[in-house]
Amino acid sequence: MADKILMKGNEAIAAAAIKAGCMHYFGYPITPQTEIAAYMAKVMPKIGGTFLQAESEIAAINMVYGVSSAGKRVMTSSSSPGVSLKGEGLSYLAGSDLPALIVNVQRGGPGLGGIQPSQSDYFQSTRGGGHGDYHMIVLAPASVQEMAELTVKGFELADTYRMTAMILADGTMGQMMEPVSIDDLEVKPAPEKPWATTGTKMEREHNIVNSLSLVPEELEMFNFQRYDRYKVIEENETMYEEYKVDDADIVIAAFGIAARVSKNAVDEARKLGIKVGLIRPITLWPFPKAPFKKAAEHAKAFLSVELNMGQMIEDVQLAIESKCPVSLCNRAGGMIPDPAQVLNAIKEINGGIA
Amino acid sequence: MQYKRLTILCGHYGSGKTNIAVNMALDLKTQRENVAIADLDIVNPYFRSKDSEDEFKEHGIRLICSEFASSNVDLPSMPADLYSITDDKSLSVIMDIGGDDRGAYALGRLRDAIMNENDYEMLMVVNKFRPLTPDAPSTIEVMREIEAACGIPFTGIINNSNLAGETDASAVLSSAEYAREVCALSGLPLVLTTVEDRLYDELKDQISPLFRLKLQAKPV
Repeated sequence: MADKILMKGNEAIAAAAIKAGCMHYFGYPITPQTEIAAYMAKVMPKIGGTFLQAESEIAAINMVYGVSSAGKRVMTSSSSPGVSLKGEGLSYLAGSDLPALIVNVQRGGPGLGGIQPSQSDYFQSTRGGGHGDYHMIVLAPASVQEMAELTVKGFELADTYRMTAMILADGTMGQMMEPVSIDDLEVKPAPEKPWATTGTKMEREHNIVNSLSLVPEELEMFNFQRYDRYKVIEENETMYEEYKVDDADIVIAAFGIAARVSKNAVDEARKLGIKVGLIRPITLWPFPKAPFKKAAEHAKAFLSVELNMGQMIEDVQLAIESKCPVSLCNRAGGMIPDPAQVLNAIKEINGGIA
Repeated sequence: MQYKRLTILCGHYGSGKTNIAVNMALDLKTQRENVAIADLDIVNPYFRSKDSEDEFKEHGIRLICSEFASSNVDLPSMPADLYSITDDKSLSVIMDIGGDDRGAYALGRLRDAIMNENDYEMLMVVNKFRPLTPDAPSTIEVMREIEAACGIPFTGIINNSNLAGETDASAVLSSAEYAREVCALSGLPLVLTTVEDRLYDELKDQISPLFRLKLQAKPV
């Protein structure tokens, strides 16, 4: 095993992106993700890559569109308000079937909000982020090592399915420092991109990358084709972690930092004899419905732990087809629930079902 | 440790300056009456000396710090009482500077006063386990950038090589060679090696001088 280094989550994303062959980065500074841009600014010039601080988030996402059209791996990163600005570009990337990795290290909102960690862009990212019928693959890391691993995975999925993938982290994940191994990351070779606008050399027809359709029947067909692809992704690419779910009466749903807090609460509750488990979705889209459906066969109640006003809870309710009650344990506006708050929520539910 | 009137801690982003500054201020207070810690970080709004405000109050250590540190006001601002660092000669100060050359620019405005008084140590905090300073040449590169930004030459090195929770004695010992190379290449003395509280007893007979760090409380 290669030696570990001590990295911030944001730095791990940047280092892993370069390891995955991303040589082009465009961004605009915003707390709490600025270390991604700072790392790229230091390293990209030394390895012959592109670091460009654009004049705005909107400019940066359109530069991503350009590089992706040319068939190269490309990334941009921002935090919540900046990702809203990128919304139009995300939709254009989807409409043009372009792969790219977008990073959102979320902060409290809405509006300018604050700079403390949040998960309140769950709806925005899992439902696409911009206008029109489309999805992004949304990956939710819960450690610095996973920030690195999911960055590589994000590029691979984006290329495979010709769509955007998003790392949806919270400010804690971006700022926390943990030992991580970058050298050990496995990177598969990028697939051929025969659709890319790389010059015809007078040997083939022009490739056109475009999201405008003049014929409605054609636009409908593109939408249908895209959703056929989404079905394949839903079948093959969901990722999740289960913790003590097998015999659980109460099942917690939590991702990112909320999952780490919840895991401690699960252990504390088990000491009190309460059978609690945790399902941690790693892909937020596609949402891992299967493990929830299976857990609903024995669980009496679910608890969604989130750093927002209750967003993923709707996907949990849909996944278990409302077979049993789903409660919410949350903090918002940049606050983080502690294990004691989650344990109290567990005790309250346990009192109701005992 | 023997302190000058001003102890300036600079280094690569995330090298551990703030944790060392907090511990040094507490250590300095056992030697001197009139002690302050100055948080001049204009880079990072999180993980600031200010997070230990209560402890400083309890020990009678003055905190010189932007009122916006550790708040939602993400402004690279200087403390209102910045100049008491250089004006009040009765004060002994630990100065916690923001990371890299970007952080060191804030120190530049005090350069003339610091150099003229000439009662300071300017210490480079290094961690070989950080991604952009894995060896002596890359560390020296960051060092030169910091010196160019603030205009103050370094006087010594602090080896704070660590892997956070995964640090063990062998990791610290394995960093000694790196620290020696940084010192040889820069021509500066190794002033301290720092270790977390839990490793101090295991290493105190093998590394000298060794400085014990009590880590600042961190969220989750």
